[in-house]
Amino acid sequence: MSKQPETMTQEIQEVHIHRDDFGSKMGLWLFLFTEILLFGGLFILYASYRFIYPEGFAAAATHLDVLMGALNTIILLTSSLTVVLGIVALQKNKKKLCLFFLWITIFCGILFLVNKYFEWGAKFQHGIYPKGPALQDMSEGEVMYFGLYYVMTGLHGLHIIVGLAFIGFVMMQIKKDILTSKNFQKLENAGLYWHLVDIIWIFLFPLLYLIH
Amino acid sequence: MNHDQHLEQHPAHPEGHDEGHIAVAHHPSYGVNILVWIGLLSLTSITVAVAGINLGSLALTAALIIALIKSMFVVNFFMHVKFDNKIIKLFIGICMVVFIIVLVLTFFDLTFRY
Repeated sequence: MSKQPETMTQEIQEVHIHRDDFGSKMGLWLFLFTEILLFGGLFILYASYRFIYPEGFAAAATHLDVLMGALNTIILLTSSLTVVLGIVALQKNKKKLCLFFLWITIFCGILFLVNKYFEWGAKFQHGIYPKGPALQDMSEGEVMYFGLYYVMTGLHGLHIIVGLAFIGFVMMQIKKDILTSKNFQKLENAGLYWHLVDIIWIFLFPLLYLIH
Repeated sequence: MNHDQHLEQHPAHPEGHDEGHIAVAHHPSYGVNILVWIGLLSLTSITVAVAGINLGSLALTAALIIALIKSMFVVNFFMHVKFDNKIIKLFIGICMVVFIIVLVLTFFDLTFRY
């Protein structure tokens, strides 16, 4: 009888020692702030050059396919939804459903990258790439626009790849029951990162594609 | 969830009012998130539609306001900040203020030079 409370406190201590979910989340948020300021710097650069070359930016943006951009926005928003649904499913102890949702996210992420590949490919074919032949005949503003276009969408694409790896890693842990309905902070963290990447695209889409 | 365990993990909240990491666990629901997603898709089509109208200088403002509303939906619902500890909201606020200060200072320079 006297041993029972002792083992209970031991269990509680174990939970306490090995995990600090709020600390883990806070750490990821702090990382996200550095990401916001990293992209923030690029957005400020964009704002500055758009201020200096409004006509050049408007002319260059017409080379972009709005439909493609809108499609990629929808794909990313959907992938964000399925991450959240995956978290809900794991909380409700539905492991298979959770993994199904996360597979949709992975699929959407890859689809986004494939679209980006075709978009960039089409630009390359038209000679629009750093030091490309088409840029020789363009105004300074247009050249600036495409420089920023490649840096911003390129860095964003890199973040998509990292996000996919993060989610894939978490999926493996869910499969092995390391992450469960009572221990899902890592999935939540992967989700937070993915949503940030989504938010950056929410701003990139109107700023790069919808200039008139 | 074990009540004792809660108290042990949150000594700062003796009344068991846990705004921290477990807060998300209390109301896991598919419906709200799907509604938010539908809202986000509608806002996306609104941005595209608004860009088609010739609003002149207002076009950029309109696009940015819609993007801000969208990201607020994502932050509050998908990132669970609405249900989370208030400290995260405070941190996001500070981060935004830093960003806006740098942006405004940059434009002080630009507007006087161009």
